[in-house]
Amino acid sequence: MPWPLAVPAAVGALFLLAPLVGLLVRAPWSGLPRILSDSHVLSALRLSLICATAATAISIVLGVPLAWALARVRVRGISALRALVTLPLVLPPVVGGVALLFALGRRGLIGQYLDHWFGLTLPFTTPGVIVAETFVAMPFLIITVEGAFRGVDRGLEEAASTLGASRLTVFRRVTLPLIAPSLVAGSVLCWARALGEFGATITFAGNFPGVTQTMPLNVYLALESDPEAAIALSLVLLAVSLLVLAGLRDRWLRPTAAS
Amino acid sequence: MQVHEAVGGVALAAALAAAVAGCGGSSSGGTKAAGSSPSASAFSGTINVFAAASLTEAFSTLGRQFEDAHPGVKVVFNFAASSALAEQINQGAPADVFASASTKNMDQVVSAGGASNPTPFVKNVMEIAVPPTNPAHVATVNDLANRGVKVALCQSQVPCGATAEQVFTKAKITVKPVTEEADVKSVLSKVELDEVDAGVVYVTDVRSAGTKVKGISIASNVNASTTYPIAALTHAHNSAAAQAFVAYVLSPAGASVLTADGFEQP
Repeated sequence: MPWPLAVPAAVGALFLLAPLVGLLVRAPWSGLPRILSDSHVLSALRLSLICATAATAISIVLGVPLAWALARVRVRGISALRALVTLPLVLPPVVGGVALLFALGRRGLIGQYLDHWFGLTLPFTTPGVIVAETFVAMPFLIITVEGAFRGVDRGLEEAASTLGASRLTVFRRVTLPLIAPSLVAGSVLCWARALGEFGATITFAGNFPGVTQTMPLNVYLALESDPEAAIALSLVLLAVSLLVLAGLRDRWLRPTAAS
Repeated sequence: MQVHEAVGGVALAAALAAAVAGCGGSSSGGTKAAGSSPSASAFSGTINVFAAASLTEAFSTLGRQFEDAHPGVKVVFNFAASSALAEQINQGAPADVFASASTKNMDQVVSAGGASNPTPFVKNVMEIAVPPTNPAHVATVNDLANRGVKVALCQSQVPCGATAEQVFTKAKITVKPVTEEADVKSVLSKVELDEVDAGVVYVTDVRSAGTKVKGISIASNVNASTTYPIAALTHAHNSAAAQAFVAYVLSPAGASVLTADGFEQP
């Protein structure tokens, strides 16, 4: 490897790995069982897992049809729509949280009617956390799945159609199985992003233990009161991320396994 | 190290003294330049002031006045929860001055060797902030215990959260907030956005918010206060200017700005 490539490559790898090593070195290994069995930590972990899973489920239900529309529908403005729905990918999550407040908050554009008609307010509730996480994470699923829809062999779909399958049957029995590996990859990405979501959550859903305090919020706020707990919590999130990465890699190496 | 330039007709000796104090500041105790007169304009460079979120308005004014009195000095603020700032300072953040909203967070820095001899400079008491329409009809602190009232508080490790807890203990009530915010300004913004029915903040925050919120006073027999200490930090990079800024905050001119914003003398 020529040195003008090797040196920056090594620096880049070190830069990405050093913080993780720092975390492992500073980890209070002996105090880990005590910290991780704390009821606050367990409730934050449970809340994080529930909310990330719910956000992923919503993203699949809404995101897959949207991805299909973006890939297949030929109308003016569809590319502008694609740009807009994937905006949360690049939008700072805090901005997303502020935007959600003005849309779905108690005095928001839509939120005021939810409050007025149904007595429903999303901020400071667990559904609020799920909404914030879905907003930030769904685009990850959409772009992954949309790419897959574009790559589907249209000949297979047309063959199913000529054999008498309705368009919905074609989608369900032919298209969906073909994109299954991408759907799994997109869902995992979406879930991991939802699990790590911080900015939109603390802005839109606030912070209360057991209700809206997810693991990332717990890590951030624990750093002030109990840095050792913050490190321990970070280790848990690191472990979960590594598991996700390992699982995802497996799927990518054996793409047929998913179907 | 800062570059020191004597500005205008300042005596050479004064400039040298400031330069020596400034350069030595990073390795030695920061108290030797104490008492430096705020009128000397021999300071230069940047001072990083880490101040409690509740000091945002008052300190921004003080910073501008200090910069006007000392051309060449730039005051940069980091406003956040005192607990967060104490943690940042102890982790080695480049701070020159720390103004905490409680003695507890200052003590954390002192015991870690980051500061010595902090000086109390103001006191602040709590008040209830509600949206201008007061949607939950909050009239006294006891109303905050009602289940239907959505209350925002500070986290318990943040001074405004700890002081609010003292109020609830004195009033013998239990308040279950919908959110525990990271600092007092976040509580205030939740009230300003009308997302909560009430927030417990400092009287100074209600005053600085103007018409965006309405203040509901807490009866003095149940109200609690917190004392704000300030110190130039031991590891300050710009020790001389840091000492001068602290002296300015403690001066009658500084006190009058703070009093005008609703702070009480300690």
